[in-house]
Amino acid sequence: MPQGRLRRNGPAAGSPPRHHAPRRSPVLRAFSLAGLLALLSACTGPQSTLTGAGSEAAQVETLFWVMLVGAVLIWVFTIGLSIYATRVHPERHSEKTGTRLILWGGVAFPVVVLTALLVYGLKLMPEFRAEANGPTIAVSGERFWFRVAYGVEGEPGVVKSLPPGGVESANEIWLPVGVRSAILLGSPDVVHSFWVPSIAGKMDMIPGRVNRLVIEPVKEGVYNGVCTEFCGDAHGQMGFRVVVVSPGDYEAYVAAQSQPAAVTSGPGFEAFMENGCDACHAVRGTEADGSVGPDLTHLGSRLTIAAGILDNTPENLVRFISATEHVKQGVEMPAYGMVPNEEIAAIAAWLEQLK
Amino acid sequence: MFGSSRQTADNLWTLIAPPTIWAFHFVICYVVAAVRCAPNTGPFEAILATRWFILAFTLVCLLAIALIFRRSVVEWRGHGSGTVNDEDNPTARERFLEFSTILLAGLSFLAVVFTALPAAFITDCR
Ligand code: HEC
Ligand SMILES: [Cu+2]
Repeated sequence: MPQGRLRRNGPAAGSPPRHHAPRRSPVLRAFSLAGLLALLSACTGPQSTLTGAGSEAAQVETLFWVMLVGAVLIWVFTIGLSIYATRVHPERHSEKTGTRLILWGGVAFPVVVLTALLVYGLKLMPEFRAEANGPTIAVSGERFWFRVAYGVEGEPGVVKSLPPGGVESANEIWLPVGVRSAILLGSPDVVHSFWVPSIAGKMDMIPGRVNRLVIEPVKEGVYNGVCTEFCGDAHGQMGFRVVVVSPGDYEAYVAAQSQPAAVTSGPGFEAFMENGCDACHAVRGTEADGSVGPDLTHLGSRLTIAAGILDNTPENLVRFISATEHVKQGVEMPAYGMVPNEEIAAIAAWLEQLK
Repeated sequence: MFGSSRQTADNLWTLIAPPTIWAFHFVICYVVAAVRCAPNTGPFEAILATRWFILAFTLVCLLAIALIFRRSVVEWRGHGSGTVNDEDNPTARERFLEFSTILLAGLSFLAVVFTALPAAFITDCR
């Protein structure tokens, strides 16, 4: 800013003298730098739209950067203009200049920018929902976990529930890379929402309606998915993992998941049946055929338990079964704290064998 | 009373006519498209009739807004076309209402175009 001019147009007589802003302390500066770094580090990882792991997420990412750069430029221009009008040239401007500025800067420019963004977005949207060329997978949002069925046959629609059949699993969705999979979304209880930020999304899971989401992962890896519609106490702990693998590995995985349980006898299995776990859980290949909770036929093969909140280890399984409500508040499974520890340990050991 | 005798008086209703048309246009386009796509079946079926309807209805609304725009421009010019409003007499009030109507009509025209744009690009219920 030209100093001479500042002095010439300096504050009018009677207005308070201007003080220099106090220097920011180095500590404060270090803190704000650390804050910025923390913010930036949140931009990568398994739950970030900015990892470009899906074709839709990549488009959203491009749009994000374009809009960010555009917004910064407009912000700099606007702030520059107010500095110019209040500090550099605080004297009166002609009405003609003002009107012209409003017409070009306030009308013409925003109209052109908004029209361009709108048209770009409108062209993008149908592409995201193009025809699928991969498997159809049904995902049901249930309080507070995700039921998954591979290879279902069905269509979106209303007053419908998700198509039955398919290979059942829970809280983990495997997808073939480079292929557009159709995900049919539904819910038996309340509205949930399905979002895998790194790949695509988000779409509501609505009772009485089957929605269709097409998602195309482009990078192999493990990503986080979340429920993004408040659905009750444990909503914040309702997540899942998405495992993106080659189409061959995907086929092999689904084939393995379609098999009955690997171990169907022993003390763990007996304790499972005696404590009535089978009222809610199915373990294919045994008489346990409950359908209230997640299918446990291949629990041992999952990365996490309890809808993405705990690593799948024997200790965590014991904790979850004996102090369910403590580990996951609001959960719809009763705690089995009254069952002797050995029995729970036996159940956990058996479940871990179900690869 | 207000300069040229051919002029008509402006009031609150002439002022809010353009945004009211905009609001109706929005609601009707929204409802028509929502009802068409509500069954959520056949996501790739073309929805030509819906899009033609939206086009026709949009043209009607734009024409109405354009007429209001023209009327207020003519009257505003007749009142000296000023944009500064620091007098408290009937002519100044008329001029203020007319100029505001011009601005609102311009905004509403654009908004109606933006509301209709999706129908130009989106061809089915996806
Ligand atoms: C009243 C029905 C019900 C009973 C009985 C029940 N569960 Fe559950 N179980 C659930 C529900 C619902 C969930 C999903 C909880 C969540 O993540 O929100 C669940 C989740 C689980 C999970 C985690 C599954 C996963 O994929 O993350 C395990 C393991 C489990 N139950 C084991 C047991 C065992 C062992 C017993 C018997 C001691 C049992 N359950 C009894 C309803 C039940
Ligand atoms: Cu939910």
